Amino acid sequence: MDERWRSLFNDYSNSSFLDVLRRESPHLIPGHEAPQAAAAPEPIHGTTVLSVRYRDGVIMAGDRQATAGYQVASRRIEKIFKSDELSGVGIAGAAGPAMEMAKLFQTELEHYEKVEGENLSLEGKANRLSQMIRMNLPAAMQGLVVVPIFAGFDEKAGLGRLFKYDITGGRYEETNFDAQGSGSKDARDSLKKLWKRDMSRDEALRVTLEALIDAADEDVGTGGPDLVRGIFPSVKTITRSGFGDVPDDEVRRLCEAILAERSRSGNGA
Amino acid sequence: MPLPYYVSPEQMMKDKAEYARKGISRGRSLVTLEYGDGILLVAENPSTLLHKISEIYDRIAFAGVGKYNEFENLRIAGIRHADVKGYSYSRGDVTAKALANAYSQALGNIFTQDIKPFEVEVLVAEVGDANGARNEIYHILYDGTIEDERNYAAMGGQSDEIRRFLKDHHKEGMELGDAVQLGVRALTVTQNKTLTERDLEVAVLDRTKARRKFRRIPLEALGQLLGTAR
Repeated sequence: MDERWRSLFNDYSNSSFLDVLRRESPHLIPGHEAPQAAAAPEPIHGTTVLSVRYRDGVIMAGDRQATAGYQVASRRIEKIFKSDELSGVGIAGAAGPAMEMAKLFQTELEHYEKVEGENLSLEGKANRLSQMIRMNLPAAMQGLVVVPIFAGFDEKAGLGRLFKYDITGGRYEETNFDAQGSGSKDARDSLKKLWKRDMSRDEALRVTLEALIDAADEDVGTGGPDLVRGIFPSVKTITRSGFGDVPDDEVRRLCEAILAERSRSGNGA
Repeated sequence: MPLPYYVSPEQMMKDKAEYARKGISRGRSLVTLEYGDGILLVAENPSTLLHKISEIYDRIAFAGVGKYNEFENLRIAGIRHADVKGYSYSRGDVTAKALANAYSQALGNIFTQDIKPFEVEVLVAEVGDANGARNEIYHILYDGTIEDERNYAAMGGQSDEIRRFLKDHHKEGMELGDAVQLGVRALTVTQNKTLTERDLEVAVLDRTKARRKFRRIPLEALGQLLGTAR
């Protein structure tokens, strides 16, 4: 094939928004100019995001607090993003680059869907995210680490699946649950004791919030339910029928029930 | 040495336009109608895999008639344009007007500079917000001519007759079912045949939907709207 045809084919077979950006507007790519400072700026990394598999799919949840050093930077930021109808990303790490990556990932999936007329497979989405994290590696080496969790409903397999990542873009599938961020260890410990196979939505929601409350209890970087301001963890469900918000009222009721029970039993005193 | 031959620019443009028009009129037609909840697009298209109508962005749809590979190229260029713009500014800043202008420029340049003009007509539609903002429909011809249409538009083979028919029959604020039936009647106005849901590709920009307004109407639902469901 001569050069002209080859480029035409490469171009045409390409349904990636990221590649369009790289070609046409490279300055818009996150991490394009990694900071060269020898002393890394203080990263914002207080967070707990988690994902739990249950009967209908997966639940994703995260606290709402952003910290800068010992200060609360924001009390109601959103850490769980819908990436398309059947998947979501929970971000942990440096807030700026992480949100930018979530936005780019959303656009990437939508772009593919529009150009090709069908969705990427869940495996394909997970791989794409992995490549984006790898792109961020130079920035990560300077301290701007982004390590999301990715979860979604796999239409072919008919079940919810979840993936975690390391800073090099390494992708690891977890079968039952996982958490990421500064409070992730506490959340995982909690989930390890509470998670059961084939939980209903209500059971799974309860387990999710127990884990988030435990993480907030032990980790200073994770915000707990704020009854005074009415700020509660954001909780999403991803099932065959799509990505859905769990309403704030329901989360509030569950949080209050958990806290009341803990206070009654003296647990966590 | 071969003698360079002279063709007047006027003649050249005429030939190109005739060539493009011939190519387009061979193809099947497509209509767009404004209805109560948004914009409806109806194409005669027996293929369920090769689309003539597509989503571009949240409130914007694309439709093309003529040569498939040519309007498919334009469609993808449009999606790229919209996604890059929405990513670098905000989703609300992506407009049908900017996109239609880009198409007009591209088609105009191809028409004047390339030996073979594109044998396509494309349409860019943007549904207005629920707060009464007006819908926009842009119709771009093979030579880059751009028109903004109101209430209805038709492209392809018998578009003049179809437009006349729609002028007489289009009403504002129609129900979706009535609009689909009118669209299908318009497509058959010059030919003596009936179109069933299997010969059609139908999609809407539905302003009652959340963020992404574009929705294809699947076969079964279309059958019901046409009242031919068995």
